[in-house]
Amino acid sequence: MERAEAHRSVLTARKAGLVGCRHCAEAAPLGTTHCRRCGARLSSRDQGSLQRVWAWWCAGVICYIPANTQPMLVTKTLLHEDSSTIVGGAVALFAQGSPGIALIILIASVGIPVGKFLSIAYLALAIRRGPVRAPGNLQSTYHVVEYIGRWSMIDVFVVAILATLVQFDTVAQITPGPASLAFALSVIFTMLAAQSFDARLIWDRIDNADEVP
Amino acid sequence: MSDTAKPTDPPAPHFVVCPQCDALYSVRTVDKGRLSACTRCHTVLAAPRRKAGMLIVCLALATLVLIAGAIFLPFLTLEAQGFRSTASLLDIALSFSAGRLQALVVLTLMVVLAIPAVRAALLVYVLTPLVFDRRPARHAARAFRAAQSLKPWAMAEVFALGCAVALVKITDLAQVALGQAFWMFTVLVALIVVQDRFLCSWSVWNALKPTDLS
Repeated sequence: MERAEAHRSVLTARKAGLVGCRHCAEAAPLGTTHCRRCGARLSSRDQGSLQRVWAWWCAGVICYIPANTQPMLVTKTLLHEDSSTIVGGAVALFAQGSPGIALIILIASVGIPVGKFLSIAYLALAIRRGPVRAPGNLQSTYHVVEYIGRWSMIDVFVVAILATLVQFDTVAQITPGPASLAFALSVIFTMLAAQSFDARLIWDRIDNADEVP
Repeated sequence: MSDTAKPTDPPAPHFVVCPQCDALYSVRTVDKGRLSACTRCHTVLAAPRRKAGMLIVCLALATLVLIAGAIFLPFLTLEAQGFRSTASLLDIALSFSAGRLQALVVLTLMVVLAIPAVRAALLVYVLTPLVFDRRPARHAARAFRAAQSLKPWAMAEVFALGCAVALVKITDLAQVALGQAFWMFTVLVALIVVQDRFLCSWSVWNALKPTDLS
């Protein structure tokens, strides 16, 4: 009963005429510009937040295109040179008989990034308009997106490790392709997009949705 | 509702505001350990542990030593058909230096080594005086805020998982030996995870009084 009621009856800092610090959780009277405990800039709701989310989101999506069309790894052996994209590499791994790793690579480099693009867009649109049908979902989506972002860097690190180790002069050589940079940038921009969210906006929507019935 | 505050009460420092959802709590409920997470969004507000300060300082110092070692010692050794190559963490980051990918060298070094190191150093700087009941260091508040904002960008754990994937990928092709640095790095990741578990930012902020700014 406590938990069910909690959603409805919470007093927010803004309603109480206060502004909370997002870094150290200190409260200050509304209108204070800087937190007196940690010195961070205070704002009750970050109105420019969505604009920044979309800006970083676009940058992330744009970088994700070359990350998939350009080669990620260039393998040079005595006789031929072979360059593979992210998906191409995973397919090759699958064909060579290691479906497990192929799956990890596909999830980390295709599943997670695309999922993040979609969920950030969903969150940003949901904050802007429409009644929230399942408020809990918004919040958990946000937490997952924020937590999972950094793990996409795995693929970049794998490429780096492989490229360093497989350096046998002319016999076999692996070098990172341009897609590695594009992919790393895409991950960073998406992380910045997720961090730009002012999570309190999500809760304002939830509060409003609760007040309607 | 009895625990949440009335708007007429004098403001700070009697309140704690959930940084994620703006819910307001009276400081007393959090202080006495009656409330550790926000009731509606479940963000952890406080997770104080006894003697955590000393432990975190020690772990952070150990982290710094391990990072220094992990940079230069051999990380992985690969052997195939008479060829042998050894890679240190520095080499791995420098693998991108061929061609136009220098930006990635900087980036990899930053997120795998530099940022975790800076974070550990900042934590030592902020927490050591607190552990010994001294006055907080100069700019301690700013230093701690920086340490907390760097947290998502310290990707040592991600790199560790990357190692695992890369190892499985090449063990088919060649024999891979794990160097000293690899083990140091494994310990390093474990230390960082424990350190993050024990660090309660609310307790630290409480110990740093508002007057320490300037």
